[in-house]
Amino acid sequence: MQADTLQRTPLHDRHVALGARLVAFAGWEMPVEYAGVISEHRAVRADCGVFDVSHMGELEVEGPRARDLLQSLLSNDLDRVQPGEAQYTLLTNERGGIVDDLIVYSIEPGRYLLVVNASNRETDFRWLKERELRGSEVSDRSEEYALLAVQGPRAFERLELPAERPFTWSMDLVDGIEVMVNRTGYTGEPGCELMVPAEDASALWDAVVARGATPCGLAARDSLRLEVCYPLHGNDITPETDAISAGLGWVCVLEKEFTGVEALRRIKEAGPERRLVAFVMDERAIPRAGMAIAEGGEVTSGTHSPMLDIGIGMGYVPAELAQPGTSLTIDVRGRPRRARVVRKPIYQREG
Amino acid sequence: VSVAAAETYPDDLKYHREHDWVRVEGDEATLGITWFAQDSLGELVHYEPPEPGSEINKDVSYGEVESVKAVSELISPLSGEVLEVNGSVVDAPETVNEDPYGEGWLVRIRISNPAEVEDLLDAAAYRSLIAEQ
Repeated sequence: MQADTLQRTPLHDRHVALGARLVAFAGWEMPVEYAGVISEHRAVRADCGVFDVSHMGELEVEGPRARDLLQSLLSNDLDRVQPGEAQYTLLTNERGGIVDDLIVYSIEPGRYLLVVNASNRETDFRWLKERELRGSEVSDRSEEYALLAVQGPRAFERLELPAERPFTWSMDLVDGIEVMVNRTGYTGEPGCELMVPAEDASALWDAVVARGATPCGLAARDSLRLEVCYPLHGNDITPETDAISAGLGWVCVLEKEFTGVEALRRIKEAGPERRLVAFVMDERAIPRAGMAIAEGGEVTSGTHSPMLDIGIGMGYVPAELAQPGTSLTIDVRGRPRRARVVRKPIYQREG
Repeated sequence: VSVAAAETYPDDLKYHREHDWVRVEGDEATLGITWFAQDSLGELVHYEPPEPGSEINKDVSYGEVESVKAVSELISPLSGEVLEVNGSVVDAPETVNEDPYGEGWLVRIRISNPAEVEDLLDAAAYRSLIAEQ
């Protein structure tokens, strides 16, 4: 891990000034925590936190056949999305495996923005570029933009922005800075992701922090998403895992044609052999990705839940063990520890 | 929310290069991890202790501590028999962050090879070791 070969976001100096612990992630030097993952995590659940997610990729697809291209490559139905709206969707391969999970924003007729995982940015770009149609132009705009996720029950109040409904976007101002307000996120809380030109990133970060958002690192981002069972690409979902087994059938519209749809129809028809389940530990232990599940399968994500104060995780198990309440045994570095399958999400705010 | 302790390396303790401290009291010793170790790990959320009565060996893992993100083996600075495990830290691992040399101790042992104490570092030597890291 050579620090000098890592990319830095436009907010790198802000992270250093705040004393963040920096780590290498997907080729980027990113803040993993500032004051501490647990207090950051709880700030997002109770109030509002801000995350630098400028490492994520932004791909643009334009042209009269942009919609046709995306409709043939993405699992969800783009016809359900109007300009001003967004949709969670999957880029799938011929086997129904998940090349990436992403959010597509309809900017205007014939123009779409795809926000993709940092680690898959180049793969996704090539995947789309190689399949371009005459009349659809794919471009990688990632270098031009910074992205700040502002998440928590008080996010909109602190930003003085209208809450509106999730999975919509609009242009607005935060302390005089023009931002694209994307009402999406990865924490299970209300909030938005603010996209700005890279040169405005520092001013926007300062404004959001001055409004009381707690700076949060990638560690809290991971524990927050796992409590609400949002899958992490590369861990819970990969090109080798299909959307049906992963519990993402709800973003696969099998009535339309897209890459891998035949495979997904077959898996749905036959029933998947294994399923991605959520579980909690019944004994004191923290599950981690890669640990074996004695009854069959493997942990794909695991952590300590700061809200529940127990070990939690997700993993693939034989389909007959996917029922909530089923006992599992996690191999914690040679020690068998009891766990129990639970309904997703693992954590939900009371009331 | 736990309150992190200020950085200190008390002079009355001995240290091991794997970031453990030792308080030697006759033929017994109390072990824990240093301020540097707990700060590197972040807030602890799990302590996997050894069994009371078990033998632990110098330079070998005797347990684990975990933060939200990371697992760290506890490397024993001395050989001996485990007399007592700090159950309060099992129940509230963040105690180690709050008071690493006091309430956050990890195990008490009966020293089986007193000569090993000579291999440990004093506070000044340990401070220079971490200054290099």
